[in-house]
Amino acid sequence: MAKKGVVIINWLLEPLQYGFVTRALLAAVIVGIVCPVVGTYIVLRGMAFLGDALAHTILPGVVAAYLLGWPLAVGALIMGVVTAVGIGALSARGRIKEDTAIGVIFAGLFALGVAMLSATGSYTVDLAHFLFGNLLGVTTADLWLTAVLSFIVLATVALFFKEFLVITFDPVLARTLRLPTTFLRYLLLILLAVTIVISLQVVGIALVMALLVTPAAAASMLTQRMAPLMGVAAAIGAFSGAVGVYLSFYLDIASGPAVVLVATAVFIIVYLLAPGRGVVWQHV
Amino acid sequence: MRPLIELQNVTFGYGTTPVLQEIDLHLHPGQFMALVGPSGAGKTTLLKLMLGLIRPSAGNLTRQSALRLAYVPQLETVDWNFPVTAEQVVLMGRTKQSGWRPWPSRAERQHARDILEQLDVGNLAQRHIRDLSGGQQQRIFLARALIAEPELLVLDEPTTGVDMRSAEDIFHWLAHLSTERSRQGLNQAGMTIVLTTHDLNMAAAHAPWMVCLNQRIIAQGTPEEVLTEPILSEAYQGEMMVIRQNGVVFVQQKPHPHTYKELIPEPVVGGVPGHEQ
Repeated sequence: MAKKGVVIINWLLEPLQYGFVTRALLAAVIVGIVCPVVGTYIVLRGMAFLGDALAHTILPGVVAAYLLGWPLAVGALIMGVVTAVGIGALSARGRIKEDTAIGVIFAGLFALGVAMLSATGSYTVDLAHFLFGNLLGVTTADLWLTAVLSFIVLATVALFFKEFLVITFDPVLARTLRLPTTFLRYLLLILLAVTIVISLQVVGIALVMALLVTPAAAASMLTQRMAPLMGVAAAIGAFSGAVGVYLSFYLDIASGPAVVLVATAVFIIVYLLAPGRGVVWQHV
Repeated sequence: MRPLIELQNVTFGYGTTPVLQEIDLHLHPGQFMALVGPSGAGKTTLLKLMLGLIRPSAGNLTRQSALRLAYVPQLETVDWNFPVTAEQVVLMGRTKQSGWRPWPSRAERQHARDILEQLDVGNLAQRHIRDLSGGQQQRIFLARALIAEPELLVLDEPTTGVDMRSAEDIFHWLAHLSTERSRQGLNQAGMTIVLTTHDLNMAAAHAPWMVCLNQRIIAQGTPEEVLTEPILSEAYQGEMMVIRQNGVVFVQQKPHPHTYKELIPEPVVGGVPGHEQ
């Protein structure tokens, strides 16, 4: 028994002697916590398409920052905010449906990003990193930025918890209470943009949706209260991040997809076995 | 007294389709008003105009500034899978007043509990909203509106999807709210209440003022004045039967002759029951 314990501990500790793996692990856990918390609002409001679009539209910002030698997060953040405000403004007029507005902006800006990137030398490698993450390339500076932005996002969610609850559950109530609904809506979109930026290195543009939606969807089968739902989702996200990094190390698979696959596996297990609500229980 | 809300020749439409036309309406402090009319008559749209959620396409709408209002939504528009308890829904009504803390204070929770208690659903505070019956759900949302201490309470179809007993209770509550403060001798109008309903008889029994709507205001006045066969047949585009007895007005659809043929095998001499000479 003791021997087996040592083996497991060695298995867990061995990758950590490499600095890049430790940094990857920390980044994956932090992002694994933040994404599902913000993702809870996406799941509850049915905004998955918007989240996915936002992840893609930041590409030109990221590429511009990359070409100019700026921190990628700065470019991503600017584009994220521009998209969030652009979609809000385009659909607020009511002449174009929101999902159509999203579709137009989504495809246009993503194409712009890919076009900009294709003008550079190392096109394929860079594109792969942007699309699927580059977890093993996380630097100490990246880690700090991730930690600080994550703290800001989580603190904002805590500070506006009640207001976000109202605009998510009942926007009409928010208006009759004279809450600053437009401000709150944009704030939520900006938080989403920042969260996507933080996740860029971990899972990349193409897979960030999974971390936003999957843990929150699994958690919604396990609890019917808002705050516990966010907590359970964050726990699933952190677990997926950590296990994903180890799987990536030992199985030699890309880290972003590994994290997403763990989250998906957790979702499937919960979907089948959730006490009382899982598919399996409904058939016995 | 100055009206809380005044609509002058208000028209509203989505695109080129008119939903409401030439609406003249005054809502006075303490008034208890029921909006009736067929589906698609523009009842909910009129509520939205009053709440300030939409603006008139033409005409004037003035609302007293800083009017405290609360609304109770149609049950069918609520997302019942949303992860909240009854108590959390009620506390949403005080989002503006409660401070920076993300969670409610003990006093706020007690306040919510007291209001739920008054509506006979105090024991349901910790239940998930989906696990409640229609009548209980309606009371939870009424509690959410009342905790905001509104001057104007707006309810969209409060008796739809609710059993008869709960519907009765809700109307009694509303009647009580509309008269309570003035009865206390505070020289103040009671709570002003506007609701929409399909239940003409329930509205007639409890609401002192009725507005019959079908894109335009067809009639307004006491239920006695509004519930007449000509007005109703104009509003509903079909025949209605109005029965008056001991000061109570009762509206019934004209019975279909076939129903009676099946119920009564022998033809009744003198015609259909209820129509005897």
